[in-house]
Amino acid sequence: MNFSNTVFRAYAPGTQPDNNTPAYRSTQWRHPARALLKIPQTLTELTGPRFSPTQFPPIENMAMHAGREALGERIIVAGHVRDEDGMPVAGTMLEIWQANAAGRYNHARDTHDAPLDQNFTGAGRVFTDADGGYRFVTIKPGAYPWGNHPNAWRPNHIHFSLFGPGYATRLITQMYFPGDPLLSLDPIFQATADVAARNRLVSSFDLALTQPDHALGYRFDIVLRGRLATPMEE
Amino acid sequence: MQHTTTSQTIGPYWHLLEDSSWQDLTRFGADGEVIHVTGHVLDGSGTPLADACVEIWQSSPPASQSFTGFGRSATDATGTFHFTTIKPQPVPGPGNASQAPHLALTIMARGLLFHLSTRLYFADDPANADDPILSLIESPERRATLLARQTAPGTWSLDIHLQGDAETVFLEI
Ligand SMILES: [Fe+2]
Repeated sequence: MNFSNTVFRAYAPGTQPDNNTPAYRSTQWRHPARALLKIPQTLTELTGPRFSPTQFPPIENMAMHAGREALGERIIVAGHVRDEDGMPVAGTMLEIWQANAAGRYNHARDTHDAPLDQNFTGAGRVFTDADGGYRFVTIKPGAYPWGNHPNAWRPNHIHFSLFGPGYATRLITQMYFPGDPLLSLDPIFQATADVAARNRLVSSFDLALTQPDHALGYRFDIVLRGRLATPMEE
Repeated sequence: MQHTTTSQTIGPYWHLLEDSSWQDLTRFGADGEVIHVTGHVLDGSGTPLADACVEIWQSSPPASQSFTGFGRSATDATGTFHFTTIKPQPVPGPGNASQAPHLALTIMARGLLFHLSTRLYFADDPANADDPILSLIESPERRATLLARQTAPGTWSLDIHLQGDAETVFLEI
């Protein structure tokens, strides 16, 4: 029996956050205390779901809802999804969710007293093109308070969900904004030991992406696990 | 070489993505033995997670237009997730081994900075004895954390314990 695919690389040490991060209080009862069991990647891990824009229609403009403009600073977010070797990840689905300009989620459990915006749902979905490129339009999310510690505020961020080519490439992450003073105080952002790795979660302002008289552009490139050169089956 | 992008928690507000239709993997007209898969997600203090995202992926039956192989369920106030899917068949494993029928499970939630991976096997399946992944777990009690029990005809149940004495075996993949 042959696998046409080779296995995905291990994560580089320090580039991923530790689930046991006491400064982020919610981890206390939720992080496994035992070591993970390392398993060989099999057909189950090497393959993964495929989503088509026909079955799952894209929502590329989150700054409008039912033909009406959301409140706040309109922005364009774009970038490429590539693997560790720089090869484009084409046709993969990105799911996006975020707070509105006031720092409020359109969600029953969000009790922050900032206003909701009836023209902003805060959820989007886009697919990468043949070069791994993606693009969407949204509103710059506001910072919001949370109960982690006294006077705790999350930096402005947009949540991302990606699948990539296999079950083993699943990624949930957050995109931040350059120059945010809350980043140095945020235990979620700070949870990753490798400073360069966590700084890659900060998008960059891009004048070339900025559309005159319309919206600022922010670039956010995403890297998914690449494959080892050696096949798993000899 | 660029490193893989750093993971961050899914947080408490991921429900903006939620769509209950994702719980039914048969919704595009898949053929096969329909089963229900359910369970609770519990933290180390025994408290159910009311804000978790549970995803399943199965490499059998092979994905097709009528079967994506992928499901997503929110946990409710009692920490319960639920899926309707097609019972998987054995799938090829490393070397000449065959893997017992299984589902891959991903757990994401506030408080989890990196998603957790595990598997669900079907307790009564004789193929479990030779499964190359289950065989990596020496302790029968630990192995049992991956074995769903049939609690009603066609309904399989498995609780996921993130921490504690009954902690689920989580996988590095
Ligand atoms: Fe958030």
